[in-house]
Amino acid sequence: MSDEPATGGSGAGEDAAPDSAEADASPDSAARVLLDAIQRSDLGVVLVTLGVIYVAAALVTFPDGLNSVVGLMQTLTFLGLVYALSALALNLHWGYTGLFNIGVAGFMAIGVYTMGVVVRPPDPAFGPPGLGLPLPVGIVAGMALSALVGLFAALPALRLRADYLAIVTLGLSEIIRLTLQSSTVDTFLRETFAVGTGGGRGMGMPDNPVRALFLVDGRAGNPTALGDAVFGTLGEGGVGISNNILVGWGYVLVLAAFLLGFYVFLERLGRSPFGRTLKAIREDELVADSLGKNVDLIKIKVFAIGCALMGLAGILWFGSQGNVSPTPQFMPLLTFYIFVAVIIGGAGSNAGSVVGGIVFAAVLFEGPRRLGAVVRDTIDASTPPSFADAVASLDPVAFLAYATDNVAPLQFVFLGLALIFIMHRRPEGLLGHRIETAAAVDLSADSRPDGGDSDE
Amino acid sequence: MSSPDAGAGANPEAKPPEELPETDDSPIEEAAQSTPPGLPLRVDGLVKRFGGVTAVDGASFEVEEGSLTGLIGPNGAGKSTTFDCITGVHDPTAGHVYFKDEEITGLEPHRIARKGLVRTFQIARELGEMTVLENLMLAPKGQRGESAIRAVTPGLRGAVVEEELDIRERAWETLEFFEIDHLATEHAANLSGGQRKLLEMARALMTDPEVVLLDEPLAGVNPTLEEKLLDRIHELRGEGYTFLLVEHDMDVIMNNCEHIIVMHQGRVLAEGTAAEIRNDERVIEAYLGEDV
Repeated sequence: MSDEPATGGSGAGEDAAPDSAEADASPDSAARVLLDAIQRSDLGVVLVTLGVIYVAAALVTFPDGLNSVVGLMQTLTFLGLVYALSALALNLHWGYTGLFNIGVAGFMAIGVYTMGVVVRPPDPAFGPPGLGLPLPVGIVAGMALSALVGLFAALPALRLRADYLAIVTLGLSEIIRLTLQSSTVDTFLRETFAVGTGGGRGMGMPDNPVRALFLVDGRAGNPTALGDAVFGTLGEGGVGISNNILVGWGYVLVLAAFLLGFYVFLERLGRSPFGRTLKAIREDELVADSLGKNVDLIKIKVFAIGCALMGLAGILWFGSQGNVSPTPQFMPLLTFYIFVAVIIGGAGSNAGSVVGGIVFAAVLFEGPRRLGAVVRDTIDASTPPSFADAVASLDPVAFLAYATDNVAPLQFVFLGLALIFIMHRRPEGLLGHRIETAAAVDLSADSRPDGGDSDE
Repeated sequence: MSSPDAGAGANPEAKPPEELPETDDSPIEEAAQSTPPGLPLRVDGLVKRFGGVTAVDGASFEVEEGSLTGLIGPNGAGKSTTFDCITGVHDPTAGHVYFKDEEITGLEPHRIARKGLVRTFQIARELGEMTVLENLMLAPKGQRGESAIRAVTPGLRGAVVEEELDIRERAWETLEFFEIDHLATEHAANLSGGQRKLLEMARALMTDPEVVLLDEPLAGVNPTLEEKLLDRIHELRGEGYTFLLVEHDMDVIMNNCEHIIVMHQGRVLAEGTAAEIRNDERVIEAYLGEDV
């Protein structure tokens, strides 16, 4: 039972990659035909992946009632969407252009902190003061500063080999985190510019405007007209879902809209001569240069665009969490997770990044914890005090109790196993095998001028 | 964002951009005849040192408009380094390179390519994870959609798509000219060595060059394909393109190039027609005295 998350992982993978999952229960041929059909549509892949995850979540939580089921679904969707957003931004750098940016966490931190500083009131009840400007200004400022910092830091490194960019971005993301962490910097900012970062205590985020859609002034028990309608039908006055979970679902819808925006933007960027040049730079810079492409300029542009998207992803993710603090939220581990999401989905594929983000968040990140907790609850045994005791007891129940009580470290084992499995069996990721056309027009054999194709 | 057309615009082109290699109503030929025979490429006292090694040691030569000029020499004569210095891959230590009387010494490769001087590589550098058609469509200079803003903005993308249709049509025609159209949707990595050489040349032509530098285009190519490639080169030359060809194979150079430059130890040893080169004592000595 303890390897359930791994099974769930390849189960979700089957939707996108039926031929890669024969190790586990293989679907019968009718199901395979169906999956093949779904695989041809990006939206289908995403929806089926989500569907499988929802079913798994429902199976795990249904004994605890409706709110647990809907709440877990909401959590998983939220995490899936924010990982998908971040993975899309990283995919532009790494998947499309081959820019090895391992400072994603730093650019996300800049985005969300800038937004916080710009939007927080000048005289808050607690925490550092800000500029008190409207939220949209804060979001744009966060994206702009992320792009700017990425630009200046990477300008020298982009002209060098890929490894230097990796070192510079990793170092930069740690510098950013430690700078935000520093109380000296916080004090200095407060004294000089009358704004602050909050140092290690972090910074409270502005109210989520989505909450204000449902609740007047964001206060519980005082719903708006929309809130009344939703709470009355689905919420405590109707179906019985907790109001807070419904507000959470409202934000998930906003995230989904942003994800769609990211996706459309990046697809248009990729399916154009610009995207073609990015691919060429990834494949062979000298060729692109020798064909008259200004490789340095294009790399700088794409780096700035990607960093801005990372900043926005940071705002949408951590800006909605009430409070941000530099540690542990913006540790390099975050960057690593986002890389795993891109690898699972398939570097170079936007649809793959979305699926990768969702699968990573649900199956590798949040799934094991929830499942471990559920399994632990069903075990009627005390946890052995140490691993040695758990092994020495020779009692599988005690061992399982120990394992499920220590899911967090085990998760890294799962993660490692999943990565090894992917590298070994499907190095191109779930959707990386597809040809992502880098042109604004159809490039199939039908596009031949005398081949009878006239619709393009 | 700098204008992508800056480089090309400074340099009025003899050929209209939509010109295709195989069209026979040849405005290229007319243009070539109407413009006074200039020098598309002139190399003057080129020196390139790598640490203590002098790879090119004062090479000077000229390439005539519309010619098929051969550059030969024993291994280590400095041919490829000369190529790299001309095309901006290396900065020459000393000396000058002129393209149509304009100095291009030490410019970045993409600037030189935009002026109309394009090269292929000794070892074919296909873009393996891109399809053959994408490889070709990458090449045209100054495409509107190379601007990220035009590529994503709804109102501006229409013009990008329109241009893409033209580029796609040209790409198909160029593929047909080189007889690799059946491979259009293949990933370039799946091509054979000879097909990659064809792809490289096709891709170079998609940039609308005036001068094409071919670095050993026939190395590792089977005799049938070699014939095909040489036919194409002659046909294109007839349309006004200028070629500078580096080859190891003496016979190929002797039989195909009207003007031959022999390099030895980083210098130009001899220059002339095939007959002149064949009878040149120094050339014979250089080749017999070294590993050919």
